[in-house]
Formats: sequence, structure tokens, C-alpha cells
Amino acid sequence: MRTADFRTPEIGLDSTAHEARLKRLWETSPGIKGFFTTVDHKEIGKRYIVTAFAFLALGGIEALVMRLQLAGPDLTLLTPEQYNELFSMHGVSMIFLYASPILSGFSNYLWPLLLGSRDMAFPRLNALSYWIYLASGLFLYAGFFTGNGPNDGWFNYVPYALRDFNPGMNQDFYALGIVLLGISTTVGAANFIVTVFRTRAPGMSLNRLPIMVWGTLTASVANLLVIPSVSLAFFLLWLDRQFATQFFDPNAGGQPLLWQHLFWIFGHPWVYAIVLPAMGMVSDGLPVFCRRPLVGYSLVALSTVATMLLGFGVWVHHMFATGLPSLGLSFFSGASIAIVVPSAVAVFAWLATIWLGRPVITTAFLFFSSMILLFVIGGVSGFMTASVPVDWQLTDTYFVVAHIHYVLIGINVFPVLGATYFWFPKMTGRMLDERLGRWNFWLTFIGFNLAFLPMHLTGLFGMPRRVYTYAPDMGWDTLNLITTIGSFVLGLGILLFIVNVMKSLRTGERAGANPWGASTLEWATSSPPPPFNFAVIPTVASRHPLWEDQLGEESAKSSIDRGMLLASGKETIGTSPLDAAPDMILEMPEDSITPFLLALGTTILFVGMLLKTWGVVAAGGALATLALIAWLWPRQALREREPAHG
Amino acid sequence: MAEAVADRELVVADTGSLPVGPVGRHGLGSWGVAMLIAGEGALFAFLLFSYYYTGANAPPGWLLEPEPTLTLALPNTILLIASSFAAWFGEHNILRQRRRGALLGFGAAFVMGVAFAIVQVFEWLSKSYRFGTSSYASLYFVTTGFHMAHVVVGIVVLAAIFAWTALDYFSPRRRLSVSAGVLYWHFVDVVWLFVFTTFYVTPYLGFGQ
Repeated sequence: MRTADFRTPEIGLDSTAHEARLKRLWETSPGIKGFFTTVDHKEIGKRYIVTAFAFLALGGIEALVMRLQLAGPDLTLLTPEQYNELFSMHGVSMIFLYASPILSGFSNYLWPLLLGSRDMAFPRLNALSYWIYLASGLFLYAGFFTGNGPNDGWFNYVPYALRDFNPGMNQDFYALGIVLLGISTTVGAANFIVTVFRTRAPGMSLNRLPIMVWGTLTASVANLLVIPSVSLAFFLLWLDRQFATQFFDPNAGGQPLLWQHLFWIFGHPWVYAIVLPAMGMVSDGLPVFCRRPLVGYSLVALSTVATMLLGFGVWVHHMFATGLPSLGLSFFSGASIAIVVPSAVAVFAWLATIWLGRPVITTAFLFFSSMILLFVIGGVSGFMTASVPVDWQLTDTYFVVAHIHYVLIGINVFPVLGATYFWFPKMTGRMLDERLGRWNFWLTFIGFNLAFLPMHLTGLFGMPRRVYTYAPDMGWDTLNLITTIGSFVLGLGILLFIVNVMKSLRTGERAGANPWGASTLEWATSSPPPPFNFAVIPTVASRHPLWEDQLGEESAKSSIDRGMLLASGKETIGTSPLDAAPDMILEMPEDSITPFLLALGTTILFVGMLLKTWGVVAAGGALATLALIAWLWPRQALREREPAHG
Repeated sequence: MAEAVADRELVVADTGSLPVGPVGRHGLGSWGVAMLIAGEGALFAFLLFSYYYTGANAPPGWLLEPEPTLTLALPNTILLIASSFAAWFGEHNILRQRRRGALLGFGAAFVMGVAFAIVQVFEWLSKSYRFGTSSYASLYFVTTGFHMAHVVVGIVVLAAIFAWTALDYFSPRRRLSVSAGVLYWHFVDVVWLFVFTTFYVTPYLGFGQ
């Protein structure tokens, strides 16, 4: 049977029969089959979040072991080799396996809900992205647990990473693991970009996007363009180590600094990629608890994009001490200092939102608002090291360690914890416990500052980073002990968070569709949302579809209960990139095993490369190729081809 | 369409007749391939950055071939560019609903792609150095090797499009796979021009001398 190539979507009201029909079309089958085949963005998002928190916990335990070693001078809990692997794996876990994937998880879960759509643009690609992320995490930890973890820090400078100095498999695990992870991040980024430009609810023009969408969009564009740089760097490193190529070895004309350039061309945009979406969480979450819209929406959106544009041109500030020409240093120093401007725009917008609002103090509010303070501290220490002479004094000291933790914990972990308190009711239908939440917040906040504020001094007093112990008479003893105590308090705070989640999953107070009285589309559907997200496609007439009555700013009203039904198949609406005018009906793919098989084949391929066993490489490659051909085979159900003739 | 609702001014998207699924090249698949090309384009940009960075910082004598021979490389480049036209010819015939012409175009592009790959292997074998000889040699073999990997993927894509055309899957309206695959092949060919210019032309312009 042939259905029409063109159709006018039927417009109507939600009804029980309609929802039942949608549920049949969209629901993932239960059990083991559904587990491996689901392409539901909500399921994938939750998996991302749980997996990323697991890596956060692992990385946290690694940090606590290191803090025990550093609690006093000349301790011998760890050997230097063990310490090297611990601080490297800690960085890899936190930066690669937690900080970015956690944001992908929230964005995966929330985007179609925020955008009034029924799934991401490429649901199967979404599943692939998760499976490969999981595989790369397991791959890296397989190395770590067999004593072959990365041991040269997360930015892994040559020549120490080369084979002459590092003959074990540590660097091979690291290099191939990151190339594998890069595939996941890249396809995820592509998916976000297409999703935002093509699958928004009708009427949601670009100036009505939630700031979190701006943040993740900006981060995704950056990821798409700079992940190839780090993947290439690690691949070339692997070739240098295993096939005696000469990219980084100066004895044969190679350039050790090429590693640093390729790494930081990726590395600095990446820093923004792991904070901009989190800043977006604050920009969207904080105003809900201030009971007013964000102040300066357009400026905040533009400053998000401006931060990233400048962020492409600052990578050399990681290389100020490498002897580059001073003209180059001046340019990169200037660009790094200029980033203060868009960052400050966001800070003042948040402060003004609190000032002009009527704040409701919840745990989520505490996490979001305290992030502003931590961002300012981390920002100022970053601004200081943007100055070349200051950087020469402080580089490779604990000052930089304090800075990176204020940035990454302050602007990533705090917003993420706040976001969990904020969106947990949407994801599970239950509220997180507020009483435990307060304990969670204050222990985390106090522990964090106790650990990392004195660390600035440790650095100013000259303690170098990445050294497994220190002598007693350097004046660093007390500061290190305070940091160790603080880190355990912080760990306790995070533990309480996990306890709260476990407890509230079972006994948390029931949340309605919109427990916070928030303004955006995800709160218009039930908690947790049905598999199809929205029974009818909403039509958006303002930035705050659920606050229109209170705000009374727009003459037109958004339509939530009435809209396109789109129930003659697994369908959602495709809209134009700028104005979000409907321009096609999208046929969405069914659940499929091909993403899992492709991820499996790719992983086998990488294991084969690691072991240099070409039969395994061929087997993995063959499985991946077959899965890809099956995936891309034009299907009538997706209207990718004409019905069979004859 | 939307009837007036008494109590509230509702704005329900005013939709006319909309295409169902991808029509022509209008569909999410084109966007997906555009993303792929952006990412892979960036990859080649970083490879070429590595070449220029290493070359600019290297002492004289870094180029192992100060005057690279064009005997195989230039005709092979022309062959690859011609294959893009063949692929375009195939797509054009899909639009005209001429299946034989389409098969001819995709088949010719496929054969030319394979020929390019074979000639490239001979080009590699003709070099007096191997990939571990020096940083120049590593950059040459790895960059052209990355391109070769993309050619191999492109050849498989062309074969798939050929097979699907033979199965009579496509019409002018339902042909996104064709347009997306041909777009990828154009990318493989265009990026080769950058690789070719870098390794075979810039030495004559004085880079790395």
C-alpha cells in the first residue's frame, strides 16, 4: 500500500484513544530486546546520566586516594608510578568520561522536550553515541584496572608519552580509547546540531530557544570541528609508538610541540564545551526559582556564542611557557583576557535575575546561585593566568589545579547537581528530598571551598602539580592537610547526593507535571513523559509558553493541547532552521539493533588495533561495515525509496 | 485547518500540504552528510596544519622530494575529478528517470574511483622512502592514507548506490540516499585537491625548500 507523498497534518485535540495509538507506535518493547534496541532519547539520556555519574564517582575515589597520599609530607601510601596513573585517570575520568557525557545526557533527555518534539533528529545515531561512549569508558578502565592506565596526565605531552620513555601499553589504551570516545562525541554533536535546526516546535524561532539549547548547540558546533584535532593527535601518537612514524620525535624532523598544538586546539574549545551547556542550565533553571524571566536573554544567548568564537583563538595560553614568539603570546593573551567580557555578561544577567526576582530558596536554587560565586572565583584565576608573566610564575603549580577545579566543579558539577534537583521530578515523577538536599548542598559547597580555596595559596607558595609527594619544610603541610580534609567533606556531600537519589527514587514525593511552576515546554507534559513526549505537537508563541498568562507580554498564545496529531506512523514535525515554520513530516525510525552492532563492531576493531591482532581488526571492521550497510539501506517505511515495482 | 476558538486566540501552526519523509534532497539525511563533511573536512584541515606547521619549523632539506614527480599524480587527480562528474551524471539521470544513464554514471564513477586507488598504491610504491623515514615521509603517507580510507568508503557508497539503482529504488522524489552519497563523493574529490596541492604543488612554490 502506498501513502501519499504530501499530506496536510490533521489538527486536533488530545484524546485517550489518540494517546493509546501514539503509545503503541512509540513504546520500546520491554525486556532484553528493548534494552539493546531502544532509540528513545529519554532512555538514552538517562543511561548517559547514570553512566557519567558512575565515572564521576570513580574519578572522585581516585582523587581521595591521592589526597590521602598528599595529606602530609613524605607519605608512602602510593608509589610514584601508581600516583601517575591515578592523577591521569582522575583527569581522564572527570574531563572525558564525566563532564561532557553528563551534559550530553541532560541534553539528550531534555532537548526534544524543550523543543516540543518527539525525538532527536537521528534517534539511532543517538543510541550509537551512547554505546560507543560506554565502550570507550570500559576500554579506558580496562587499561587502568590491568595497570595500563594513562600515566602522563590528561593532556599527555610527548616525548614522555612516546615509546622510548613509556614502553608499556598505558599510552596505547589511552590513545585508542580517546579516538573511540571521539566518534561518540562527534556523532552526538552532529545530532544536536541537526536537531536544533530541524525539529523544533512550530513557532519556536531562534530567539525563543532556551539558553541551555544555545549552550549545547554552541558546544556541539565546537565539538564537531575540534574533536578531529584530538583524535588525530592521539592516532598519530599511536602510529609513532607502534609503527615508528616520526610525527613527534625531533630526531627525525618531528615536532613535539605539534602535539601540544593539536591537543589544545581541541582542549580549549572543549573547556567551553563542558561549561556552556551547564551555564545554560543555570540560565534556564535559576529564573524559575526567581519567579521571573532571565534578565538579558538576547545578551546571554549572544555571549554564549561569543565565548565560543573567542574560545577557538585562545589555545596557546596553555603553551605560554614553551618559548613561542612573544607576538604570538600577546595575541593569545589578549584573546584570553577578552573572554572576560561575555562571561561577565552572563554573571551580571544571573545577578540581576536574582535581584529583580522573588527567590524561592530550594536546593536547586542553592546549587545554581552558588555556581555564580564559584564561576567568578574560577574566572578571575583564569583571567590572571591569561596574562603571560603571571602565567610564567604560576604554570604547573597548584594554582592552576585550583583554577581548573573552580571552573570544572564550579561551572559543571554544581549546575549539574542543581539540574538534577530541578529535572529529577520530570525524569522520574518523584521529587528529590529537600532536607537531605540541604545537607547535600552545604557539605558539597563547604567541602569544595575548603579543599580548593587554600590550594591557590599552595600554588602561590610554589608547590608543583603532579608530584607524588613533597618535603616537610616547604610550608605546604597545613595547606595540604586542609585540602585533604575538604576533599573528604566534598566526597561526603556527593555521597549524600547518591543516597538522596536512591531514596527518592522509591519514596520521593510524587511530582505533578510542573512541580516548580516553570515556563518551558518540558513541564507541559506528564512526569515522567510518555514515550511520544507530546500527544499533539505544541505551537509556540513566546519564550515562556507556560507563563504567558502571568507575563501577559505577547498578544498571541502558545497552543499546548491542540495541534498537529501526527499519529499515522512514528512521526514528528520538521521545521525550518530560523523561524521554525513546519516544512516536512518526519518519519522516525523504529527501535533497531544496528546501532548496538555498529558500536560492537567498532569496539572489536579497536581492541584488535590495541592488540595488533589483524584478524580481530578485520572481524570488527566487517561487523561494523555490515551494520552500517543495514542501517543505511533505503527503507520504504522511512520513505527513503519507492515501493517495489511489479 | 484551525477553526476559530472562542475564548482564546490560539496560534496553531498554519500548515499547508507538507512532504512526508525526505523529498528530493530535502530531508534530515542531507543535514547528516553535511555534518559528516564538516567534521571530516576539519580532520583534513588538521592533517594539513600538521604538515605546514612541521614544514615551516623544519631545517632545509626536510622535503624528501623537492620536486615531486607528477607523472602518476596529475593524471590520477584528473581521473578523480572526472569521477565526480560521472557521479553527478548518474544523479542527473535519476532526476530524469533514466535508470540506464544513472547506472552508467554511478558505474563509471565506481570504476574511476577504484582506478584512482590502484594508481595511488603504485604511487606509494614508487617512493624512495617509507612512512618511518622522517616526519615528512610520515606526513605524506598518513595524509594520503587518510584520504585513501575516505576513497574506499566512497567506493563502497558508490557501489551501494549502483546496486540500489539497479533494484529500482529511486525516483526523482525519493532519492535522498543518492544525493547524500554523491555529495560525499564530491567531498572526497575536493579534499584531494587540497592534499594534492599541499604535497605536489607547494614544493614548486617554495614551501619547505
